[in-house]
Amino acid sequence: MTGDPGIVIVGASLAGLRGAEALREGGYDGPLTLVGDEPYRPYDRPPLSKHVLAGELPPEATALPQQRPLRAHWRLGQPATALDRTRKAIRLGDGSEVPYTKLLIATGARARPWPGEGAHLAGVFTIRGRDDAAALRLALARPPKHVLVIGAGLIGCEAASCCRDLGVPVTLADPNPTPLARVLGTLVGGTIVECLRRADVAYRAGTKVRALMGEGGHVAGAHLHDGGLIETDCVIVALGAVRDTEWLAQGGLRADAGGLTCDAACRALTRAGDPDPDIGAAGDVARWPNPLYGGREMTVEHWGNAVEQAAHAARSLLRPDDPRPYRHLPAFWSSQFGINIKAVGLAEGADAVAIVQGDRAAQRYLAVYGRSGRSIAAVSFDQARWLPSYADRIAEGAAFPPILDATDQGRVEILAPGFPPARPGPAADERMREMAHV
Amino acid sequence: MRVVVDLNRCQGYAQCCYAAPDSFELRGHEILFYDPAPPDEARPRIERAQQACPVRAISIEPASLDREDAL
Repeated sequence: MTGDPGIVIVGASLAGLRGAEALREGGYDGPLTLVGDEPYRPYDRPPLSKHVLAGELPPEATALPQQRPLRAHWRLGQPATALDRTRKAIRLGDGSEVPYTKLLIATGARARPWPGEGAHLAGVFTIRGRDDAAALRLALARPPKHVLVIGAGLIGCEAASCCRDLGVPVTLADPNPTPLARVLGTLVGGTIVECLRRADVAYRAGTKVRALMGEGGHVAGAHLHDGGLIETDCVIVALGAVRDTEWLAQGGLRADAGGLTCDAACRALTRAGDPDPDIGAAGDVARWPNPLYGGREMTVEHWGNAVEQAAHAARSLLRPDDPRPYRHLPAFWSSQFGINIKAVGLAEGADAVAIVQGDRAAQRYLAVYGRSGRSIAAVSFDQARWLPSYADRIAEGAAFPPILDATDQGRVEILAPGFPPARPGPAADERMREMAHV
Repeated sequence: MRVVVDLNRCQGYAQCCYAAPDSFELRGHEILFYDPAPPDEARPRIERAQQACPVRAISIEPASLDREDAL
């Protein structure tokens, strides 16, 4: 270890762990340090908004398997607070410095807090980390009289589903006509509306919460923009995530609230626009030009991307002489209301959707999204086995709709997907956040 | 021991549920619920589940990890 500080990975969640494994698998034998702001070894997040809330799994059961020996130094419970590229060191929350030879940035994202009045009231929760899920689980076990979930994305819908499984009354509020409207469109979102109705969730479409108000320091209600009031003693804020990039502000890299910009090989770009060959990035925080989308810059806050991008970025650090572009077809899954939802591609911006397998009325079907005659995404409701065939067609940019001659297909319906109009402001980035994770 | 299933890969073939019924369970048509922290004595069954998975979606922490992971 004389003199060589080795590779430092900042972020000890899924991408950090898989990046560390990939470095060892790629033959890296030098010193390896993992830095994490939470006191825990890497754990799996998807169960938090499902089985941990439901009380089926204790939060600590989510620890991830480490697939090979890492022989790593773990610096847990300390966030990185600054990057000094000139001196090749990062600073931690306790003031200590960690030097690096190479750096893999996998700091991810954190739950977007309630932006309005009442964020600090007791009984207001977000779901991102183990501690968040543990605290919310305690509150749900009490149980509350009436839960309000703000935001009908994946996490909001999964939380609402859990509440109903526990028998807790729940209202789900979202500005859009259906849940997942920006991710899947309102036509497919209508399937979730049907699930909500059957599960007795009060879905409040077109509803914006203005402020949370409390009594004796505990949340008691939500004031709506239209003047209405929802009485609640437990609020789950599910408004997506914001990237953890503040610590990079003085590092001379292209980092902002939308992520850390990288080249196609997942190496961080300096402000001048050149890749720093000693700094890679992966997972929720990494914004890179995805060759599968003509080099469009994107961040993908999903499990599968954390795994694949971490391996790719690790390779780019080990093989600076041979950088290769990271080509990725986004994918996610969710289970809610007894249905397994899986999706591939980016449906946003689609001009048509075709029900290519199954039956929408039976809530068991596969829908493919098209734009300008090309297949761009697919979603399955309890039809996962068909999805890989369509994923291949989407990855190769096949004509829309693809696969029209399967013997088990009925008449293929082509419909309008019903995406809400783009939001004002930095819309593209907002929409990417809406993709936010499972 | 630690287990994780890549649920992007999982297609609900349920072979794991036959190999290790205490640790894997199919709910509804194709939702896989599994125990990510099964007891060590379940390892032989979990390894059979891993082998039986047609889409190779199950990852297990190696039994030798603790020994080999030390600095």
